[in-house]
Amino acid sequence: MQASSKPGLSVNIVTNAGPVAHGEAAPLPMRMTISKVNFYYGSKQILFDINLGIADKRVTALIGPSGCGKSTLLRAMNRMHETVHTSRLEGEIQLDGQDILAQDVTSLRRRVGMVFQRPNPFPKSIFDNVAYGLRINGIRGSTSEMVEKSLRRAALWEEVKDHLHKSAYELSGGQQQRLCIARALAVEPEVLLLDEPCSALDPISTAKIEELLVELKNLTTITIVTHNMQQAARVSDFTAFLLTGQMIEFSPTPQLFTTPSDPRTEAYITGRFG
Amino acid sequence: MATSGTTLPNAGPVTGSRSFLSRLRDGDEIARLITLVFAATVVLITLLLVYELWTNSALARAKFGLHFFVTQVWDPVIDQYGALPFMYGTLVTSALALLIAVPLGIGAAIFLAELAPPRISDTLQFFIDLLAAVPSVIYGLLGVFIIVPLMRTVIFPGLNKPLGFMPFFKGPSYGVGFLTAGIVLAIMVIPYIISVSREVLLSVPRDQREAALALGSTRWESTWKVVVPFAKTGILGSVFLALARALGETMAVTMVIGNTPTISASLFSPGDSIASVIANQFTEATGDLYLQSLVALGLVLFLMTFILNGLARILIVLTTQKGSGVPT
Amino acid sequence: MSARVKWRRFVSNFMLTLTGLCALVSVSVLFLILGYLVFNGGTSINWAFLTQLPKPVGEAGGGMANAIVGSAKLLLAASLFGVPIGFLGGIYLAEFSGSAVASVVRYAADLLNGVPSIVIGIFAYSMVVLPFRHFSTFAGAFALGLMMIPITLRSTEEFLNGVPRYLREGAMALGASKWKTIASVVVPAAYRGILTAILLALARVAGETAPLLFTAFGNRFWSQGWEQPTASLPVMIFTYAVSPYEDWHRQAWAAGLVLLGLILIINILARTILSRGIAVPRS
Repeated sequence: MQASSKPGLSVNIVTNAGPVAHGEAAPLPMRMTISKVNFYYGSKQILFDINLGIADKRVTALIGPSGCGKSTLLRAMNRMHETVHTSRLEGEIQLDGQDILAQDVTSLRRRVGMVFQRPNPFPKSIFDNVAYGLRINGIRGSTSEMVEKSLRRAALWEEVKDHLHKSAYELSGGQQQRLCIARALAVEPEVLLLDEPCSALDPISTAKIEELLVELKNLTTITIVTHNMQQAARVSDFTAFLLTGQMIEFSPTPQLFTTPSDPRTEAYITGRFG
Repeated sequence: MATSGTTLPNAGPVTGSRSFLSRLRDGDEIARLITLVFAATVVLITLLLVYELWTNSALARAKFGLHFFVTQVWDPVIDQYGALPFMYGTLVTSALALLIAVPLGIGAAIFLAELAPPRISDTLQFFIDLLAAVPSVIYGLLGVFIIVPLMRTVIFPGLNKPLGFMPFFKGPSYGVGFLTAGIVLAIMVIPYIISVSREVLLSVPRDQREAALALGSTRWESTWKVVVPFAKTGILGSVFLALARALGETMAVTMVIGNTPTISASLFSPGDSIASVIANQFTEATGDLYLQSLVALGLVLFLMTFILNGLARILIVLTTQKGSGVPT
Repeated sequence: MSARVKWRRFVSNFMLTLTGLCALVSVSVLFLILGYLVFNGGTSINWAFLTQLPKPVGEAGGGMANAIVGSAKLLLAASLFGVPIGFLGGIYLAEFSGSAVASVVRYAADLLNGVPSIVIGIFAYSMVVLPFRHFSTFAGAFALGLMMIPITLRSTEEFLNGVPRYLREGAMALGASKWKTIASVVVPAAYRGILTAILLALARVAGETAPLLFTAFGNRFWSQGWEQPTASLPVMIFTYAVSPYEDWHRQAWAAGLVLLGLILIINILARTILSRGIAVPRS
């Protein structure tokens, strides 16, 4: 296992369930590790003993039928589950070797960003939406340059560069979602979490965003939840299949989709249920 | 008020077009006519109200015209009447009330909508609703026996000594006056601001808050920079509603404003408001012009609250539309 | 945690505590009012207070029996006037009307609801007091009844509209005519909400003073029938509170306690009825 990319941090990351490539060692640095995670809403258990490594600068997809817990797992990764009083997380989630539960949550969320299922821009201008994260974190430098950089990375700049001060609500659904991506990227997170980002969008917008994700992984580690298997197959490097709160299989994407090791995985990807 | 969830917006006429005679036989047509008459009565009453206000102020309107709004004199002895001191008093006390009530009310609404766990929020809201039910005259009691002495002994000295050089804080103070009335009014309108603002804040879509938190905002930042701006139209509507209530408030104001038609910059000066001069002088008005001038004041008050209520309604409707993603 | 983040967290906690204080202050006003009323007026509520007439001006003692009865008469008459109009008008809106007419009626009701109570008093004066040339209980009831109409109307409409379609269709499929359906199925299904609204309307007008000042006016004795001016609790409180007599101040507190107590009880009762659930099962 290699040390993380952060200088000065010597880390010994052990992944219990690193991507299993038949016969190959997989010495990829892990940006985040999820170990022995159990999750509860009140007395109801949602996730059972999840172990998973999120590879640095790669796209990891979480797939599974509705209710399998994939969104719950994603939201635990930036501690968004804490907005619900009755939620309880057991186990450890580490970012660069540090337990995220032990850190200040505000700082954590700057490093682990999130894009939601339905586009949710703020009732502000396009510019102010992207600048929001920069402003609250007091990030120095030219705000307009940083906003432009983010919008370019989200493949939205050309479409909005002359309308930066218009309301974000004047954009189409697909554009709004790319705006949300730009907004999340502005604070340069180390990990970007996307919760079914295209499920509310039309096919063309979906295709644009999928293209985007493949490019973005050079910038930031990406974890995406999707109920669309073909999407997972198209964009991700590693895929984890969850079923009723358990992780059934976690492999490099081509392998999971062509030669899954678990019969349940095979049943799901061939459409026998889901 | 809760309603069942699976209904159509108007579960109204289920009947198709049956013949008039068959409807009559069943008594449906009669029922329709009877209820129509009562519904029409409501419209009739409202029209009649406006009409009566208009005609019963005819003398005053004819004699003073628009000068009514800018004349300061109110003297029954020489039969000269002007609305200015009362409009001034009404506006000043209402403005003071809002100055105090809006920050407090919005702050409380934020707490109830964003921070308090649902049970506590509902319990506190219950008490707020009860506060809204307290009649004006009871607030007046509080005003006369608690706030007026407080003004004389604590508030006036407290403000006059350091700030007495400013015209707003010049003495003397008899306890009654604009500020006292403003304080009492503030207490009366806070529940309205809280109730409406709380509802509006609760209706902000959850994912707005989550988006802000996911960017690393603190609770306060997410509330103040995202949720409140999202709801700002509705909150403004609540302020307008509160203002409309404050303008029409009669009893509590009458008991603490001093009942002297004065225009003065000093907050401690006694004054008068439209509603309270009507309350005090209506039964003593001798002569048609006197009485009709008071009715004219009532007409002015009616128009002011009419416009404000209309604006408030529009604003609140606009917010509920926004929650469904319609761009504003 | 960097210094900046520490500061932001501090600001967050500080502001949130501040809003909690705002809520606390606002709610505590209710208890302050109740406290003062009980403290200043509690001891004065005795049998004499509730059953005697006011003593002549300047004399200590006496009661407010005429005011209590006067208020009761006013509220009774106001309900008899305002509730049927609101209720039947609401039935029309919910069951018979087209949307254009409905909007007009609703608008008129909202307008009426927003009219300051003193202006309602002026209207009642010109409609009832002027023609008959004297103040009367009848005039006061008219004014209060007017104020009950909008609340009753809107709530009746709202709760009737809330009754699910399948209930109506069930009755009609059995051959019931429209009005029979309304009377036997729809209204009973919505009665809880409507009753609550009427109670709340009653509680609201019970405390109204301004519209009574020049309609029912006041009376230091019993008011016979409906055509004489009458004392009422709110007006009595006002008159006594602004008077120069200490004993009257004491009685004003006591009357305030009685009035507020009754209003709060009606409110709590009404809300409890409503929260027990709508009378129709949710599908």
